[in-house]
Amino acid sequence: MKINLKVWRQKNNKAKGELKDYKVDHVSPDMSFLEMFDVLNEELITKGDDPIAFDHDCREGICGSCSMHINGRPHGPLAGVTTCQLHMRSFSDGDTIVVEPWRAGAFPVTKDLSVDRTAFDRIIAAGGFISVNTGNAQDANNLPIGKEQADEAFMSAACIGCGACVAACKNASAMLFVSAKVSQLALLPQGQPEAKMRVMAMVNQMDAEGFGSCTNTGACSAECPKGIDLSNIARMNREFFSANLTGK
Amino acid sequence: MSNILDSKIPEGNLNEKWTKYKSSVHLVNPANKRSLEIIVVGSGLAGSAAAASLAEMGYKVKCFCFQDSPRRAHSIAAQGGINAAKNYQNDGDSTYRLFYDTIKGGDYRAREGNVHRLAEVSSSIIDQCVAQGVPFAREYGGLLSNRSFGGTQVQRTFYAAGQTGQQLLLGAYSALERQVGMGQVKMYSRHEMLDVVTIDGKARGIIARDLVTGKLERHFGHAVLLCSGGYGNVFYLSTNAMGSNVTAAWKAHKRGAYMANPCYTQIHPTCIPRSGDHQSKLTLMSESLRNDGRIWVPAKKEDAEALRKGTLRPTQIKEEDRDYYLERRYPAFGNLVPRDVASRAAKERCDAGFGVNATGEAVYLDFFYNMTEKYGRTEATKKGIENPSAAQLKEFGAGVIKEKYGNLFDMYKQITGVDPYEEPMQIYPAVHYTMGGLWVDYNLMTTVPGLYALGEANFSDHGANRLGASALMQGLADGYFVIPYTIGDYLAEEIRTKSISTDHPAFVATEKEVEDRIQKLLNIKGIKSVDHFHKRLGAIMWDKCGMARNAEGLKSAIAEIQQLKTEFWSNVRVPGDANEFNQELEKAGRVADFIELGELMCKDALERNESCGGHFREEYQTEEGEALRDDVNFAFVAAWENQENGWKLHKEDLKFENIKIAARSYK
Repeated sequence: MKINLKVWRQKNNKAKGELKDYKVDHVSPDMSFLEMFDVLNEELITKGDDPIAFDHDCREGICGSCSMHINGRPHGPLAGVTTCQLHMRSFSDGDTIVVEPWRAGAFPVTKDLSVDRTAFDRIIAAGGFISVNTGNAQDANNLPIGKEQADEAFMSAACIGCGACVAACKNASAMLFVSAKVSQLALLPQGQPEAKMRVMAMVNQMDAEGFGSCTNTGACSAECPKGIDLSNIARMNREFFSANLTGK
Repeated sequence: MSNILDSKIPEGNLNEKWTKYKSSVHLVNPANKRSLEIIVVGSGLAGSAAAASLAEMGYKVKCFCFQDSPRRAHSIAAQGGINAAKNYQNDGDSTYRLFYDTIKGGDYRAREGNVHRLAEVSSSIIDQCVAQGVPFAREYGGLLSNRSFGGTQVQRTFYAAGQTGQQLLLGAYSALERQVGMGQVKMYSRHEMLDVVTIDGKARGIIARDLVTGKLERHFGHAVLLCSGGYGNVFYLSTNAMGSNVTAAWKAHKRGAYMANPCYTQIHPTCIPRSGDHQSKLTLMSESLRNDGRIWVPAKKEDAEALRKGTLRPTQIKEEDRDYYLERRYPAFGNLVPRDVASRAAKERCDAGFGVNATGEAVYLDFFYNMTEKYGRTEATKKGIENPSAAQLKEFGAGVIKEKYGNLFDMYKQITGVDPYEEPMQIYPAVHYTMGGLWVDYNLMTTVPGLYALGEANFSDHGANRLGASALMQGLADGYFVIPYTIGDYLAEEIRTKSISTDHPAFVATEKEVEDRIQKLLNIKGIKSVDHFHKRLGAIMWDKCGMARNAEGLKSAIAEIQQLKTEFWSNVRVPGDANEFNQELEKAGRVADFIELGELMCKDALERNESCGGHFREEYQTEEGEALRDDVNFAFVAAWENQENGWKLHKEDLKFENIKIAARSYK
């Protein structure tokens, strides 16, 4: 296959960026999207050009590093798939593909396709935890949790923190990311003592980071590679209003 | 430096060592903890758990990771589960059995004292994780669920679908971020440690590079903890993340820390086979799949040839024409033999010409029997259907399989384009984990005072072969329950040491060395990319220091690697500058270290004239092709000291006082 690429190049956070054209020949349908970038970078290095910077690590869809906006969609055309798990068999010979970084004020570009997502870490640091010091725990089976409830918490906990939800949202809202963590802990009995403090602190931090508001269009959930459900946002809203009303 | 390796295993009965140690180890009072600074390099299970736990105790912690967030460390990718001797299944499990299985699984090349401690603290790990909100799989009664893993006959593995590592890491990460929020930990993401600073023989800090600005930074610590993972990427292709590297451990080695058993590499039997030269990494299919998947190749060579040509489908091969070779060779453990045994058996069949894909390097992992006969039939009975049709059995069974392994099946389909509900998976062994690592004593301290190694970065608990679901256990054990005690033994003597200024000549000199090396890499301006050299190194290692090794191959590998090193330092092209986000420069430094490590691995493999665990020397095997260990001459830990002109070997003899050392049989 031959693929034409239009790739966002931006030297650093302060520089101005632009889309640049590249051609990649000899693309195998079994290649992953990132492996195509490896091949392109190898060519660029050989020619003496600056290779394209992009984030990636595990390449098996779980670390949440990869973050390419492909033809206007975070992680490309398939549902439930991260960029690293997208394979070239999803494209056709001669296709032109536009590749950009996540676009959000709270995710400034580091270089090319790589962005700074430390805002997510700060939101977790504000309250995305259960306060239990090492050694405090009772025997694990002393606290039975119904299977369905545990499974639901697990579904929320499956978030990989990639930021596709923010990139997909026209307002660059982080509601899906924040609500997934709020939900996971709100669904579990261990999370109850701090539930109100948690939701308030996390939402406040989310706002402070400059993420936009939620208007319930659902693009976040539709583009989430892990299928985090929109109902998490509803649950977080309920938790937030309840915390607000009771003044805690 | 002293040539005597003192493992500092406490005296006394095996099951009292750790309890007694904890009761008598030096403590640091809370006021003093506040003035003691600890550097943690790496934010995986070991690093996050250690950083969080030490901060909770009151120490001032700085934590470093090269990823953009600590949550991305490669522990996140562990799929199957975590072992603990809870005996919730009432199937006869105990601390002793977990200890015994681990020593045996490690082919009698691990320390009894360390392994018993690991088994002792395993239960507390599960308690801690559940308290943090880790959503482990549960039964309908609300209690925790377990499954089996290779090399054991009990069900002691706790899991969260096929994402156990992710859930455990996010638990540790949330504990870490809580301490960041409280100001007890300062987090440095996108920072890479490039050297250890030693003063008067003790580790006193690190030099780190801010990967975004390229600026070098000096950081002081009363102690330095390396939790930087394993070095499987020395093979280029492995199941490790692209960024996983040996650099932190290797720099420590260059500063005096011994490297132990570097040749012990775990080749995982169930990975997706490679598809072509563009391949950048290999993907694991969790060992848990072997609970329900049966491994086979055709019994007839002509069938294998037809499969390779694509003229025959596996589903067309009759039951009697299939060779379930693990069940045939190892009836007691069957498909659940340990990883090293399963990997070698796959290689044996493929080398004999029974491989099933175009490269000839693949075998089948087939779920059809258990999907229909085991689960399908049970579900049909539950529904009261007496004579279920084949379609019904498959439909019902597929539902159960989906619940257990759905994400893995999806991942397989995504990567290969083949639906594993319809056709068996193709699998082949791939590099997965490294049992070797920095030598540490019972306190997890390396041979450099004040420098510790935790998790996969150390060598201590898995001997020559790690059992499935034990890496997560060890990473968290080291971070949550071992280092918080053992570090006190050292820091209690350091309470009078004031913070050392990073203007100290040792910091200045070490930073200069790091800077010079970066400039040297940039100034070579050769014509070959970093990946070019990495791929060549990987090919040498896989061919000659992989699943099977022999003296002749290892000797030629050493010569080839030395040649490769010369070429690398004269012909590599690293584009860009030092003072910017430069991913090629990051890679170049890591590959340079991998090349040196590769040579040591081959040297270690050549020195060990026996076969044990992940180290299989073709010269040392039984007539049936099983590994032949030599307990008289090789029951020791090989700890290598870096010297001016090569390496010096130190031996720590392994004493087995509680386990009768025996041939390892799974037949």
